[in-house]
Amino acid sequence: MDVIEILRVSRDSVLSNKMRAFLTVLGVIIGVTAVILLVSIGEGARRYIKDEFSGLGSNILVVVPGKTSREGGHHMGTSAVRKLTYDDAKLIKRRSRYIQSSIPIIVGTSLIKYGSKSRYTYVEGVSEDFFAARNLTVDSGRFLTATDVNLKRRVCVLGRTVKKDILGDINPLGTLVTIGESKYRVVGLMAPKGVTLGFDIDDLVFIPITAAMELFDTDSLFNITVKVRSEQEIPAAKRDIKETLIRRHAGEEDFTILSQDEILSVMEKILKIMTAVLAGIASISLLVGGIGIMNIMLVSVKERTREIGLRKAVGAKNKDILFQFLIESVALSLVGGILGVILGVAFTWLIPVFITFLPTKLSVWAIFLAFFFSAGVGIFFGVYPARKAAGLDPIIALRYE
Amino acid sequence: MIYLRDIRKSYLLGEVSLEVLKGIDFDVNVGDFVSIMGPSGSGKSTLLNIIGCLDRQTSGTYQFEGTDVLRKTDNELAEFRNKKFGFVFQTFNLLPRFSAFKNVELPLLYSYMSVTERKIRVSEILEKTGMSHRARHNPSELSGGEQQRVAIARALVMNPSMILADEPTGNLDSHSGAEIINIFKELNKEGVTIILVTHEMAIAQETRKIMTIRDGVCTNGCY
Repeated sequence: MDVIEILRVSRDSVLSNKMRAFLTVLGVIIGVTAVILLVSIGEGARRYIKDEFSGLGSNILVVVPGKTSREGGHHMGTSAVRKLTYDDAKLIKRRSRYIQSSIPIIVGTSLIKYGSKSRYTYVEGVSEDFFAARNLTVDSGRFLTATDVNLKRRVCVLGRTVKKDILGDINPLGTLVTIGESKYRVVGLMAPKGVTLGFDIDDLVFIPITAAMELFDTDSLFNITVKVRSEQEIPAAKRDIKETLIRRHAGEEDFTILSQDEILSVMEKILKIMTAVLAGIASISLLVGGIGIMNIMLVSVKERTREIGLRKAVGAKNKDILFQFLIESVALSLVGGILGVILGVAFTWLIPVFITFLPTKLSVWAIFLAFFFSAGVGIFFGVYPARKAAGLDPIIALRYE
Repeated sequence: MIYLRDIRKSYLLGEVSLEVLKGIDFDVNVGDFVSIMGPSGSGKSTLLNIIGCLDRQTSGTYQFEGTDVLRKTDNELAEFRNKKFGFVFQTFNLLPRFSAFKNVELPLLYSYMSVTERKIRVSEILEKTGMSHRARHNPSELSGGEQQRVAIARALVMNPSMILADEPTGNLDSHSGAEIINIFKELNKEGVTIILVTHEMAIAQETRKIMTIRDGVCTNGCY
């Protein structure tokens, strides 16, 4: 029997039981759709994070207190972690010619009040260089200045959301709002920016670092964000920072300098694992779909025992029967694969439209993986029933009731 | 054409070996119309299956058109069944979801024939068995006699050397049964060799030669 005939026979027998064929295919469709969709979500998250960090600027270094051991496990040192201070930040800038700015940052939450309205929000104490380093812009008014920082002026720059919640439609510039216990004069309003790095820029209040130290009653910094003059000078800048801080910290390296690439590569690694885990979970459903095919093919072989006997009696060879059933199961899984790819791609496009916080990125390798895996599943789970069919004794098969 | 000598066939039922055929000697010549008679369980169907290459004998010699069947591979036997034999069964064995046309076409599918050739051949043979007006109907829409005519058309479609019919009238009323026997008679007149298994004397008497089998031994009309 030639290939076209076998295909035709398989098509006829699949179509002769449409409902059952559809339900069988549905298992594969769900599996393939799940693989494509989950991998796309994983990839979307990866790209989102990558874009976010790239927005930092590639010549940014972040110094955080404490030594994070990259080999895992805890640092077995004897001394407690020394905090980073405003003076550390100033010294870093002074001791290295590769550094453009060194920004001390304190982050905390505080109650902010105006009239009868109040709410808790993130307050970020920064120095004047922060805004340029992070490429932020104001809508109206101005940023914090060196004078604000040096004179510990009680002034603030509001994010969009905070302004709307507290001040409503009032012109914010010049108004006095209460942050913590003290009154702050609003000098600027941030341009809308949205969420970056988990911080909603629109939902922040910026005050001078010196004021923040007093507000939160601490001299311990959240981090020191360092802007290096150029990307090529990052290693030199790192060396300088290390030298400066080790000397100040009594010869101990109890801090960590992270570059964008390092943060990115760690994040990438985590998200790659996450994507792989998602793909793995989705593959299980594909596998279950394959078992569904095998199940239905076994039922089909049993039901059509007499047909198989008759086909053999009129001249079908074992391989004719084998291919007939194998092609049936492969056809079921391929149809499922194709529909699954279509659905998966469609969902990947639709999801960001309806669930705006969930970015997706269509992944071509996921499509290929899912499609060929489903075809493979069809062959793998089709072989056993097909062999069973092909091995039937025609006389026994013809007598089967 | 068919040459059987000391054909034995035994089945293993658990530990016990059951001998169904105990040394059959039997010849069929070209153009013969033979009936194999015997009560149920006598081994006549087993003998027919061996002749039709659906089964192999445990021992003995079976030569079909001069070739030793036992030496053939499974694939060669499948080809034999396709080209040399046409089977007609008691229960018709038509594929329920296929039309009469498709049922008759079935053996042609295993013989590398083009679609147009197949169409011509199937139409021809349905015409001959008087079933062309029912070509599009499924078996469930046909009477028993009509179903058996379709089955005969299927047996004839490859132009086989021999028709093997196993109780072809067993599931039919006497009128349809008589019609089927008439078809066989006419085919035989045209030169088709026919072996017919039955347990009804009346039907056996319609054939030109009767072979009787009892408990796996040939008692009458043997070689």
